[in-house]
Amino acid sequence: MGRRGRELDCNGSIRTHRGSRLILALVVLSMVVVLPLGASSTEEQVRQLAAELRCPVCQGLSVADSPSKMANQMRDLIRERLEAGESPEAVKAYFVERYGEWILLAPKKEGFNLLVWVFPFLGLAGGAVVLFVVIRRWQKRPQAAPASVDSAYLEKVRREMAQDQS
Amino acid sequence: MKKVLIPLSVVPILLLLAYGFWTDPRFVPSPLIEKPAPLFALSLFDGEPLSLDGLRGKVVVVNFWASWCFPACYEEAPVLEGAWRTYKDRDVVVVGVNVQDTEKAAREFMERFQFTFPNGPDPGGKISIDYGVYGIPETFVLDKEGRIAHKHVGAVTADVLSAQIEGLLRRAPVADDNRQEHERGA
Repeated sequence: MGRRGRELDCNGSIRTHRGSRLILALVVLSMVVVLPLGASSTEEQVRQLAAELRCPVCQGLSVADSPSKMANQMRDLIRERLEAGESPEAVKAYFVERYGEWILLAPKKEGFNLLVWVFPFLGLAGGAVVLFVVIRRWQKRPQAAPASVDSAYLEKVRREMAQDQS
Repeated sequence: MKKVLIPLSVVPILLLLAYGFWTDPRFVPSPLIEKPAPLFALSLFDGEPLSLDGLRGKVVVVNFWASWCFPACYEEAPVLEGAWRTYKDRDVVVVGVNVQDTEKAAREFMERFQFTFPNGPDPGGKISIDYGVYGIPETFVLDKEGRIAHKHVGAVTADVLSAQIEGLLRRAPVADDNRQEHERGA
């Protein structure tokens, strides 16, 4: 009985193993095949573009995330323009032309804006330099002498510990 | 040295914060100033069509409003109607674009303030997006050549509106300058 059970277990586990491999293969395959297809569909393009645009009537929300009527109308307009054959770049340029660069959630990587992209790394590098200097200074400092302990006190502690153990 | 440097390092941060708190996050500079106003066509509430193209040669005030925009739109409604009545015989047109509204509420609003200037809805918000509108109300003043001369965000006051209109009425039409240049060149 036990043996048969083990065999069944064995078969079962092999089968699930095979099954999970098949599922994994299917998932990978679907990612490879479906993702590019999905990205080229208009709906996905609308979503991607809307995520880059700031909803004008919200506070720090993208057009993709906002449920407001204005964002809805903007998504419809994006869809309409894409379906009319405009490239996503042209649609984005249209919104920048009307609202200014303010409409872009991420500033363009040029001119003064570059500071925003460079500053975090400069800060990180600066922090690393400070850390390096401080650690070097600590290492150079002479090792503190071990605290002097009264030998009579030490003896007393040892005696008490010995008493506790017994 | 250290005692001075550490408090001093706070200064740039304070300056940045001061700058941030002094600027109005709701103020968005329009890139459309001094640019040709986007053209649009309205089917007015009274059934007539109106095309901005047909208003070339006139100073045009384009106002974006909604009945739900309280109190700003309610404050400026008498100002707009007043400007229309004062200037309509001097080549000035006030056009109301009703945004994200229901027809019933819009008509009630127009009746309440006894609007006599042309008003029409903006289905799909296309006109508002074309004008880079990010809040209601917004008012654009267009010169006689159809360029956006001024943008006002929030309830427009009689002072601002009449100063803008008077200024544009006084301004010599650019078309004449072009003709002079053409003649000079010929």
